[in-house]
Amino acid sequence: MPTSSAELSRQGTWRSFPFWGTGFVAALCWVAFALYSTEAPNATRDWPYTQELANLSLGFAALLAVIALLPGRFARKLRPAGKWLVVLPILLGLWQLATAKQALLPVPFFAPPQALLEVYAEDWARLAESLLHSLWLLLNGVLLGAVFGFVAGISIGWSQRIGYWVHPVLRILGPVPSTALLPICFFIFPSSWGASVFLIALATWFPVTVLTWSGVASVDRAYYDVARTLGASQRFLIFRVAIPAALPHVFVGLFMGLGASFSVLVVAEMMGVKAGLGWYLQWAQGWAAYANMYAALLVMALLCSGLITLLFLVRDRVLSWQQGAVKW
Amino acid sequence: MVSAAAVANRAPSNGLGLEVKNLSHAFELGGTSLPVLNRIDLTLQPGESVALLGPSGCGKSTLLRLVAGLETPLTGEILADGQPIRAPDPSRILVFQDPTLYPWRTVRDNVALGLQARGLLGSQRERIDEALAKVGLTDFRDAYPRQLSGGMAQRAALARALVNEPRLLLLDEPLGKLDSLTRIAMQSELIRLWQQQRYTSLLVTHDVEEALLLCDRVLVFGNRPARILAALEVGRDYPRHRNDPHLVELRQRALELLGLGSSW
Repeated sequence: MPTSSAELSRQGTWRSFPFWGTGFVAALCWVAFALYSTEAPNATRDWPYTQELANLSLGFAALLAVIALLPGRFARKLRPAGKWLVVLPILLGLWQLATAKQALLPVPFFAPPQALLEVYAEDWARLAESLLHSLWLLLNGVLLGAVFGFVAGISIGWSQRIGYWVHPVLRILGPVPSTALLPICFFIFPSSWGASVFLIALATWFPVTVLTWSGVASVDRAYYDVARTLGASQRFLIFRVAIPAALPHVFVGLFMGLGASFSVLVVAEMMGVKAGLGWYLQWAQGWAAYANMYAALLVMALLCSGLITLLFLVRDRVLSWQQGAVKW
Repeated sequence: MVSAAAVANRAPSNGLGLEVKNLSHAFELGGTSLPVLNRIDLTLQPGESVALLGPSGCGKSTLLRLVAGLETPLTGEILADGQPIRAPDPSRILVFQDPTLYPWRTVRDNVALGLQARGLLGSQRERIDEALAKVGLTDFRDAYPRQLSGGMAQRAALARALVNEPRLLLLDEPLGKLDSLTRIAMQSELIRLWQQQRYTSLLVTHDVEEALLLCDRVLVFGNRPARILAALEVGRDYPRHRNDPHLVELRQRALELLGLGSSW
């Protein structure tokens, strides 16, 4: 919906002359970044994969230019990202300037962008394996924690008798940072993998339990009265009234639990598990392979962000009846 | 006087006969006992429509909750067709002042609630659409409650009650939160539904005119702890007219009983 006359006229020009200016400027910026990468002299040494990096950004620039000239559905979807597509090559250029070109940052510790490209090209197999290991560990832990947290939260919220026993455990064990229990768990559990699953589950369990509980506790009493006068059983009250009413809270708990699980995952992999992205980070640091570290960090950022995005997608589907939920 | 005899002369009703005997109730509030109902006696013939009129907070709504079986009275008895009421039952359905629709269900699924709760959804699904048609919400069956106006939400709540074919409909100020135009329209709607379905109706309201337009009998309640001050027989056929001198006179009497006689 256009909100002002200015916006209306801008949309009007789009329709009559569909050339996408910002996209074209972005394409030019990517070309400039490619030229700067290959043509400007390096400060200390020549970096492999500089040419490949330049080729990639030239290819991307060409793609952007085509999209800017031939607008279709895809171009219209890309338009809101236009300003970022301009700023991104500029930021990459500054990174290039601070590392390879002028060496403003201490050399072995800060790698230029082409060094990351090199890691992805040469070490992708090990990175992919680490990613899969991390994902598998996370999946096991988070699923266990979420299921137990959900059940515990519903039980405490519903039954005072169960609450009597679970509540003190929740109060004592819940707030302890799971990472603090890591040494004990590595000692108790037969494998470090099992210990890590347990700790990730614990870190997820706590917020999911508390939020599910508060969700069940805050259900409007009138909802139960309505169902009871219509002949609902206890089972119906739990599964058809309490749980759907508590779901918005449950998703907040899952969001918090997922965030907590990431940090436990990385620490566990750094300290005991001999695989995964956390292990890769530690290993890269041991070999002073700093480019590998950045490459792994980037993969980790995408993994975490991707999982959170997935959670929000599920939430938007399940809670489509809600209005004005936060867009991730 | 139109009374039990006249009610009995109407088309046969499948409504519930209700008997409240010597009923008293109190709330526990911070250790002290707060009496809300004091020795209430009342009888509803099957198919009769009765209003409980009184100041807000006088305990009328508590009486409805007791009849619905949501709470147990301290002393006294409530009999439905001669059987004491111990628990909620779908033959006696309460419609609240707030529609209390479930926000996560569409209008249709909200109306389906009672059938689903009793495991009748598979065999009697068509009753949902019938109920929606009865209250004129067929076009809104896939809407979510947040998309409805106040009047439509209350219609949906009525459909959710009627789909169970209640024999006693308990209405707790069902039009209390609606704007005055919607309220006038909904009053005719309530009369029409009651005449079609032939259930027994017990309406709690603090709107004198509404009580006189809708019901055979109006019981005027005094302040808490509530007791019945008077029973007014309306004795007029439907549709009634607001300016009918008999109704105006009854309204004056009701207001006098409530201590507001000089304000009209």
